[in-house]
Amino acid sequence: MADVLKKVPVREQDPKVRATNFDEVCLGYNKDEAVEEAQRCLGCKKAKCMEGCPVQIHIPDFIGAVKEGDFAKAYSVISESSALPAICGRVCPQESQCEGRCIRGIKGEAVSIGKLERFVADWAREQGIKPAAPAEKNGKKVAVIGSGPAGLTCAGDLAKLGYDVTIFEALHKAGGVLVYGIPEFRLPKDGVVLPEVENVKSLGVKIETDVIIGKSVTIDELMENEGFDAVFIGSGAGLPKFMGIPGETACGVFSANEFLTRNNLMKAFDEKYDTPIFHGKKVAVVGGGNVAMDAARTALRLGAEVHIIYRRSEEELPARKEEVHHAKEEGIIFDLLTNPVEILEDENDWVKGIRCVRMELGEPDASGRRRPVEVEGSEFDIDVDTVIMSLGTSPNPLISSTTKGLEINKRKCIVAAEDTGATSKAGVFAGGDAVTGAATVILAMGAGKEAAKGIHEYLSQK
Amino acid sequence: MFKIVKAEQLSANVYKKVVLAPRVAASCQPGQFIIVRLDETGERIPLTICDYDREAGTVTIVFQPIGVSTSKMVDLKEGDYFLDFVGPLGRPSELVTDDFEEVKKKKVIFIAGGVGTAPVYPQAKWLHDHGVECDIIIGARSKDILIMEEEMSKVGNLYLCTDDGSYGFKGVGTAMLEKLVSEGHHYDLCVAIGPMIMMKFACLTTKKLGIPTIVSMNPIMVDGTGMCGACRVVVGDEVKFACVDGPEFDGHKIDFDQAMKRAAMYKTEEGRRMLAYKEGKTHHGGCGNCGGDK
Repeated sequence: MADVLKKVPVREQDPKVRATNFDEVCLGYNKDEAVEEAQRCLGCKKAKCMEGCPVQIHIPDFIGAVKEGDFAKAYSVISESSALPAICGRVCPQESQCEGRCIRGIKGEAVSIGKLERFVADWAREQGIKPAAPAEKNGKKVAVIGSGPAGLTCAGDLAKLGYDVTIFEALHKAGGVLVYGIPEFRLPKDGVVLPEVENVKSLGVKIETDVIIGKSVTIDELMENEGFDAVFIGSGAGLPKFMGIPGETACGVFSANEFLTRNNLMKAFDEKYDTPIFHGKKVAVVGGGNVAMDAARTALRLGAEVHIIYRRSEEELPARKEEVHHAKEEGIIFDLLTNPVEILEDENDWVKGIRCVRMELGEPDASGRRRPVEVEGSEFDIDVDTVIMSLGTSPNPLISSTTKGLEINKRKCIVAAEDTGATSKAGVFAGGDAVTGAATVILAMGAGKEAAKGIHEYLSQK
Repeated sequence: MFKIVKAEQLSANVYKKVVLAPRVAASCQPGQFIIVRLDETGERIPLTICDYDREAGTVTIVFQPIGVSTSKMVDLKEGDYFLDFVGPLGRPSELVTDDFEEVKKKKVIFIAGGVGTAPVYPQAKWLHDHGVECDIIIGARSKDILIMEEEMSKVGNLYLCTDDGSYGFKGVGTAMLEKLVSEGHHYDLCVAIGPMIMMKFACLTTKKLGIPTIVSMNPIMVDGTGMCGACRVVVGDEVKFACVDGPEFDGHKIDFDQAMKRAAMYKTEEGRRMLAYKEGKTHHGGCGNCGGDK
């Protein structure tokens, strides 16, 4: 018997091998490993883990079913709460949510809830198990804007309640950030995302791609001319931020969004696809979040030496620990307590380096993290031919500027009630990054879920 | 899927497709653009709208093959489909959105260069339909690549010029403009659309002549909705996203030299893909440069 204080280790691709391919890093549990790991669950009556789950999956019940080898039951327990378990099992920050609250975690390692969720979802997909559309429709139409995690969840929940739901997606493929943002090696597109999108469709949800709400058609037009009784806005985060330092418009400076979209959505890494991507030899990624890790590990797989440049120390890195660990294993170089001040250009306006200063940590700032302060006279240059800015995003005004009576806050995010998603405009609800600013997949799903309840309540009273 | 209802070759290297896209046709305005994708492996190509028919639900695009995807698009015939056709994107021309009482007082001169003639057309047509007279210069290298003469002659006073003198005035569009001004024509606004280098020189001339000038930028972009930031252009002291802040800008404030360098950013990579498309994959690695070794 293995050490009960430790997780059953999950098999991964060897770092040296995976650094040269786009196949999935984590291979997941097999049946035996899953059952063994499930046995570590104490089946707490008052399950702390559930409190940490934004969509309140009944975790002890599904793990209990795994223990008994009844994976179909485990899947149906998860499906009651989540429409995208294969995705959540891969990209949720479990360490700060369900697993962060696990009683096992006090003395040893928490139960590997995320990997178990992934196992159950993958098993169900391999068996061809699909959720069924509801028998009765209630005749009411809801438009969902954006097919990312918030939109898919909201649409799925509403469809289960009998609504006639249409998702409008601006890009040519459904999935939002799951498709354009998160790389293949962390979240396989055809293998995992597509089938989960298909599952939402099999609930009766229609998806219309290539429609930009605010441009192709407005929310007011959807409600007035196309007969939608309510609208959910899950349009995501928006426009990439840049630092505003000299040299930022040089050739070879990309936003993480551009770099990742070219590679993930447009599959530029694959020769068969027409979209080009710049294969840098030495790449600097500025930022320390999950998106920065994704961009860095993508550049590495395209053949570059990659530096992460982050102004605070390792402890403050906003990325998940697992992502940082994987990045290091693969050979990403971390230049911490370092901040860029200028991008250096050659005579053709191409990036030839990045000028940085050393930083040290001072007093805590508003975010509670210690504020990085520049070390005087510490300027130095790093030779690079590509710079990828991964500094977060600011909201896209496409929808807020074209919808009458939709209130936004001073950060230009849509104002929505936390428990119902209701906005200042009757019949219009919102959730996910469009409301909170860039956050996580599961928080967006949680918001989509609350909004589905809010919309149901609103339309039931109407 | 978006059906091509009409396909036409306009000149040696310029092609027109009329596409059934009801949502775009219903809401688009002069000055805006669309993004088209041929098939599953195709690139997203931004193209400025050349014409639209709200009743028929169609939108007309005109393009010149440059990369692999646009080269493949050449072969599409009537009855074929684009996999994706999304829009309208960007802001409409100010001629359309500004107070009409002000707009109609203005004497506008359009300078259209090469394939840039296409996006000039809906603006001139809009003015014409609203009873505002305008002058239009179409410039091309030679007669055989000059496009849309007939359509344009119906919506404005047309001045044609070719670099080699094979048709109309011999010289570039800006020389034609200088000639018109020297003959006593007065203009309150110039709209110059064409290759970047042509717009740069048009702006140098109009600055000298004191004519405010609008240009339409067509930089590299991916999504066209503000998400990727690839289309950054320097306008005065600011960095703007052409897809959401443009595509039209005050031409006298644009840093064209930088815009031209940025437009060439993927040239090597695109050239490599183009070569592979034309000649098949003949490169087997070994150069250590292109990643083909792996």
